[in-house]
Amino acid sequence: MLIRIRRAGDVRESEITPESLYLSRRLFLAGGAAAALGLSVNPARAEAALRALGPMRKSAFSTAEERTPYEAVTNYNNFYEFGLDKEDPAAKAHSLQPRPWSLRIDGEVARPQTFDVDDLIAKTPLEERIYRLRCVEAWSMVVPWVGFPLSSLLSRVEPTGKAKYVAFETLHDPMQMPGQNKEVLEWPYREGLRLDEAMHPLAILAVGLYGRVLPNQNGAPIRLVVPWKYGFKSIKSIVRIRLTERQPRTAWNVAAPDEYGFYANVNPDVDHPRWSQAKERRIGDFFRRDTLMFNGYGDEVAQLYSGMNLRRYF
Amino acid sequence: MRPSLDKTVLFIAASLPALALLWLVPTDGLGVNPIREGMHYTGDWAIRLLILALAITPAAKVSGAKKLFRYRRMIGLFAFFYGLLHVFTYVVLDHFFDVETIIKDIAKRPFITIGMGVFLILLALAVTSTHQMVRRLGARRWQALHRLVYLAGVGAAVHFTLSVKKDITEPLIYGAIIAALLLARLLLRYELLPRLKIPAVRGEPVEP
Ligand code: HEM
Repeated sequence: MLIRIRRAGDVRESEITPESLYLSRRLFLAGGAAAALGLSVNPARAEAALRALGPMRKSAFSTAEERTPYEAVTNYNNFYEFGLDKEDPAAKAHSLQPRPWSLRIDGEVARPQTFDVDDLIAKTPLEERIYRLRCVEAWSMVVPWVGFPLSSLLSRVEPTGKAKYVAFETLHDPMQMPGQNKEVLEWPYREGLRLDEAMHPLAILAVGLYGRVLPNQNGAPIRLVVPWKYGFKSIKSIVRIRLTERQPRTAWNVAAPDEYGFYANVNPDVDHPRWSQAKERRIGDFFRRDTLMFNGYGDEVAQLYSGMNLRRYF
Repeated sequence: MRPSLDKTVLFIAASLPALALLWLVPTDGLGVNPIREGMHYTGDWAIRLLILALAITPAAKVSGAKKLFRYRRMIGLFAFFYGLLHVFTYVVLDHFFDVETIIKDIAKRPFITIGMGVFLILLALAVTSTHQMVRRLGARRWQALHRLVYLAGVGAAVHFTLSVKKDITEPLIYGAIIAALLLARLLLRYELLPRLKIPAVRGEPVEP
């Protein structure tokens, strides 16, 4: 089950094929078994090789922990725009058209702008950030993202003195995102950060993983990654960023305010009403491990919350 | 006594979801988070067989196919078996005997508390499912005890509903089926549903 994908630089197209064939054959077998039982495992699918991203710097923020295999990162996703099961996004996200894509940034800024995402990728120095990802459902992964600090983009639009929060919105297009035909969440998916959180160097906009552009199911073509917060904060397929004076609405907080707070910082001491957050299962592990405060990024981010009651502002 | 053909077929059919695990697990058929998927898989089969067991009595009474009663115990025991696999997955695979966490879970989280209650009912019914137990308890008391199966059904539906993060359509469908079966039972009791009078099948306890 360990499928190693090499760094972008040294993978040639011809080398991709055997691997994706192998993958689709294996998924086909499992899919057959599952289909016989009415289980939903994604069907065989020979994924077209995704474009490799250009040179990228390494980052001191990266963890040295073992990376979760590409196959797991791209086949086990929460992306309700494509269905509620973890396998749905991989099976159904082909209807999303991530290119061309524009990203609008406005609100309390001096220079509102619309960016073409590929243009942005070409003109922005990229970094690899290998981060832990902790889902609110008590599982975790280690993902080698490719992206750039959110702060670099926000600085370019020059937030005004009134800007206190940053609001993000996913694409709203039920043709491309059929899950939006069902009212499971308030569409479009919305997320938000305090401006100082958004300006923190750990917060990035990711445009790729494992050296290649983002697969659709992982939030192509551009998504947020805030590694010290539960995964649902890291909004996918972003079309709009707005700087605001007031705390913005966020999808899960609207859906279940007692279960999902605006902050949603990873915190082993504050349980979800229906399960404990003290431990987590790293995908691929048998034993659960202890969940770390701020997902292990406390040294970097704890000062953002000094003096705050994190039980109240969960 | 040789097992009859129909019961053998039923036994094999009800074992298939468990046997499938022997294949699904090594082929990664449960996906990359197999323990969590295993919780769902075993929970789903436990509630399905429980519903099937609950359906036997009304189905037999309304249709007059009294032969159906012959299968009730086996189906009920399979419901318990999948419930046992479910609890095993939780205690051994998910939490690896982390007793502290498990006890906290049971005490603090209503959906786990209810699941536990349902499991205890199924356990009690399984333990008292033999003919010998019917005799020892007396038909009346045995029957009173085994009516708890309806509580188990309702509890299982509530447990399922509370466990879901978003979109409770599926558990509500299961819940509606259980509610319908309960209603059928009440209607039968007050002779509001057409039914054929069926004498008890020899050797198998039958509710009035
Ligand atoms: C001590 C007893 C039990 C415990 C601790 C327990 C625990 C759980 C847990 C942790 C989940 C998964 C929640 C999630 O991750 O989404 C679950 C789901 C479920 N359980 Fe139980 N359970 C118990 C007994 C039962 C029994 C006896 C039944 C049925 C007769 C049952 C039926 C279900 C069903 C149908 C689901 C949902 C499966 C799905 O989402 O597809 N549980 N249970």
